[in-house]
Amino acid sequence: MLHIAILIPFLWAALIPLMRWFSRIHAGWAVLPVPVAIFAYLISQMSQIGSGENIVVEIPWMPDLGINLSFVLDGWSLLFGLLISGIGALVVWYSMFYMGKRTDSIRNFYVYLLLFMGAMLGVVFSDNLMVLYGFWELTSIASFLLIAFWYRRERSRYGALKSMLITVFGGLAMFAGFNLLYAMTGTYSIREIAAQASELVDQPLFLPAMILVLLGAFTKSAQFPFHIWLPDAMEAPTPVSAYLHSATMVKAGLYLVARMSPIFAGATEWFWIVSLTGLVTLTYGSFKAIRQTDLKALLAYSTISQLGLIMSLLGVGSAAAFYTDADQVAWFGLATTAAVFHLINHAVFKGSLFMVVGIVDHETGTRDLRRLGGLMKLMPITSAIALIGSFSMAGLPPFSGFLSKEMFFTAMVHILEFDVLNAGSWMLLLPILAWIASVFTFVYSMILVFKTFGGKLKENTLDKKPHEASAGLLASPILLVSLAIVFAFMPNLLAYNLIDPAVAAIRGGGVDFESVHVSIHFWHGWTPELWMTIGVVLLGTLLYRTYTRFKLLDREWSNRDTLNRLYNGLLSLLENGGRRLTDLYMTGSVRHYLIYILIFFIAALCGTLVFSPDIRLGMDNYAPITFYEVALVVVMLATAAAVPFARSRVNAILFTGAVGYMVTALFLIFRAPDLALTQMIVETVSVVLFLLCFKFLPKLKSTKERPVFKWTNLLVAGGVGVTVTLIALASMGSSPFEPISTYFLNESYKSAGGKNVVNVILVDFRGFDTLFEIMVLGVASLGIFGLIKLGVQTTPANKEGSQSLHRKSFPLVSNDVILRTMSRVIVLIIISFSLYLFFAGHNNPGGGFIAALMTAAALILVAVSFGTDTIRRVIPVNYRIMTAIGLSIAILTAAGSFVFGAPFLSQAFDHFDLPILGDTELATAVLFDLGVYLAVVGVVMNIIFSIKGED
Amino acid sequence: MEWIMAIAVGALFMIGVYLILSKGLLRIILGTSLLTHGVHLLLMTMAGLKRGAAPVLSDGVESYADPLPQALILTSIVISFGITALYFVLAYRAYQTRGTDEIDGYDVEDKEANS
Repeated sequence: MLHIAILIPFLWAALIPLMRWFSRIHAGWAVLPVPVAIFAYLISQMSQIGSGENIVVEIPWMPDLGINLSFVLDGWSLLFGLLISGIGALVVWYSMFYMGKRTDSIRNFYVYLLLFMGAMLGVVFSDNLMVLYGFWELTSIASFLLIAFWYRRERSRYGALKSMLITVFGGLAMFAGFNLLYAMTGTYSIREIAAQASELVDQPLFLPAMILVLLGAFTKSAQFPFHIWLPDAMEAPTPVSAYLHSATMVKAGLYLVARMSPIFAGATEWFWIVSLTGLVTLTYGSFKAIRQTDLKALLAYSTISQLGLIMSLLGVGSAAAFYTDADQVAWFGLATTAAVFHLINHAVFKGSLFMVVGIVDHETGTRDLRRLGGLMKLMPITSAIALIGSFSMAGLPPFSGFLSKEMFFTAMVHILEFDVLNAGSWMLLLPILAWIASVFTFVYSMILVFKTFGGKLKENTLDKKPHEASAGLLASPILLVSLAIVFAFMPNLLAYNLIDPAVAAIRGGGVDFESVHVSIHFWHGWTPELWMTIGVVLLGTLLYRTYTRFKLLDREWSNRDTLNRLYNGLLSLLENGGRRLTDLYMTGSVRHYLIYILIFFIAALCGTLVFSPDIRLGMDNYAPITFYEVALVVVMLATAAAVPFARSRVNAILFTGAVGYMVTALFLIFRAPDLALTQMIVETVSVVLFLLCFKFLPKLKSTKERPVFKWTNLLVAGGVGVTVTLIALASMGSSPFEPISTYFLNESYKSAGGKNVVNVILVDFRGFDTLFEIMVLGVASLGIFGLIKLGVQTTPANKEGSQSLHRKSFPLVSNDVILRTMSRVIVLIIISFSLYLFFAGHNNPGGGFIAALMTAAALILVAVSFGTDTIRRVIPVNYRIMTAIGLSIAILTAAGSFVFGAPFLSQAFDHFDLPILGDTELATAVLFDLGVYLAVVGVVMNIIFSIKGED
Repeated sequence: MEWIMAIAVGALFMIGVYLILSKGLLRIILGTSLLTHGVHLLLMTMAGLKRGAAPVLSDGVESYADPLPQALILTSIVISFGITALYFVLAYRAYQTRGTDEIDGYDVEDKEANS
């Protein structure tokens, strides 16, 4: 069930876009059942968790890597699950009245919200660190999408990006930390790591792992100095701020710190880092909150501060891990209980306050404290909610915030007796900071409620006349603040069912609930804590009366903040630096890029050759050298070398063709008759093709490049040449694998029924390659066709070249009488020979490719002799359709094997006793080859005719 | 024989690369053609040369030349024909549209050289 609870929001999110067909219903109604159902499910599991039994679901995912979908429901994750689904349900309800249903993007909003819900549930239920990390980053992405919900606003985009960059940076650090933990323990399971915790402390990677994990937690929970993203995240719609940026996502860091406590608690670094970061954040956030004029900004800093408070409590609570004596553990462990209790209270009062601010914004059109005031009379219910929420936040009785605030003071006073670290009077810093921050907290809570609802109504500053919000909008905050009262009077209900199991889970190691139970009371005598609270109220009231005289108010939004300037500066530094670095080598010159690639090619391959000891150059038994071969090679290289020096186009083309013919001869010598045949025909067709295009290509310019240009080219080219030679030699010297050619030679006749092994490889063994090859050819020919037939914009400056290739008629028709006479006969001979090659192909040199090229060559000859009109009359074929037919035959032959239950491209053959022909061997491979034949003829003729300009 | 071919292949690569790095489109296309020849011969050479009869099975022949590189090369020849044709038409179109046969980006280099 547990994994399904995580899955449902994701699945539901995929269905939400369908709500477009029900545009009269607010999409929120479709979303609401999801958090409600999950909440109900979790409530039903409460009794089982309360009896100390965890729910575990394990689904293997990548067991070899230690990554499994293992989910655990214990007291701590149950509490978070309830927060996520419970607050989630209230926020969805609230958003239905807050966001109009007419908005097109409302469905996007709910998709992101569900995405977040699922991811957040995944974070708190995952036992596997890698899975947790995945969900963790997913929450960052969902948060990014939600902050940027009004993406047309620049500040929304800025805030979204900022939150994403900072939390993902932390997430990556955390990822590294998780892997360090894996390196130390060999498991990603939190429970298994915690079981080995005692062996970890002395390992050198322990501290780095801790700091990296804490970086993730601190960035996510907006701890100083990573808090700067949270105020900017307030650009999100208010329901999102209430949900993600106060009640759930920002608490993921707290969740993680608590979850990791069984592993890291007991280390002094953990105690100091977590406690002090928390306290500094608490004080800093509460001080900054006073200076805000925007209600949401005030709440953002207040959230930062409160998160710091809980963080410091988790840190202080880790002191319990230094003791084994039950009394001392309970004495210091009180902080953990306070943390869990305050976490619940914070979700309750901060959630309601965000919703109140949303209502104020909705009704008055502003959140600016300088323009607000006196709303008490107009919006009595809203102001009552705000009053309760703020008093709870300030820690005043009779609201639940008072209880957890008292426990916070108690914990901070208790820690003075913590003598393990010998910190002496430094410990006094903790309660003092806590007290100062509480004064600030009191002040900003009062500002929030009395500056908005108290005083005189400044009607002229408001855009519209405010009035009380609708019952729908009020329902969610009313429910939340009533919880603040219920928890205040029945704290032990909460303690038994939620807090104790959660604290036991944080403490780890199978602690029973009785031992962690803390009875929470309103009245506990004239204790130091009570005096501290009284002091807070007195000094706070004084400060509230006078704070405007200190000129503390932030005028500008956030740019004045040093940390923000640092962030902005760093970001632009990265952007500019990146751009400059890219501009340095991305010059826009293709030649430059080619040179990079080639230099890398040389370096990588030569480097490998140098550093691999096993590679041997050359071989023992070279094949004998004959004079003809040397002569061929020399002629080939000489003609090749002449190409760069050629002064005219014809020469360059003919030299290249000559190299091709030399290669043909070499193929013949090297016992490759198929290749020789193919190369010869291709070379012939190519030269015809080149000469067809020839007329339209620009003349070769005499090269007047700078020497640097030439020498660079030569140097790079030389390097490539030497590298390739070395590779050729190295490949002869070492053969680490048994060649697979023997298999083809042995099996060719036996399993494929063909004696020409090359052809059998092409149409049978490696038929897939051939299939793709003819497809590539088909695509190339279509590309050529498209390039020529489809109009391309031409520049006016280029009038001469603007005549399209086919419009400019050019004589492909020869007037040579001898040629015309001869070709009548020769064409028939060539075609017959090509048919012979086609059928002989399976057993003798030949095959579809060669036959097709030869047929094409014959057709080209006809075209040259008699003109394309003639060929069109004699053979009225559309060559593109022919290509398509060829491809279809090949694919159908290949797919035909499905009918016989064989895999794609299985070929069969058998011997048949046919009339006239006698014993004949027929193979399906021949059919496949026919496809190849038709496709290639089609392609070649299509290319030639496209360029020739007739179709 | 193999070492001669290794050097010849290297030389073909060198000329091919040199042509590809030059400015004119026609030279670049011809460079790719030469490069293709180099690749084909490299494949042949790697498998060892003249190690047996042509790979067409017949009675009484014990050893054959390696058929695998030949199959690879056969595929490659036909493909490179198609690609070369495409290059030509592309070059023509580029020339027609831009009025120069020099490929993109060289104006950048020239500007740098002049400044």
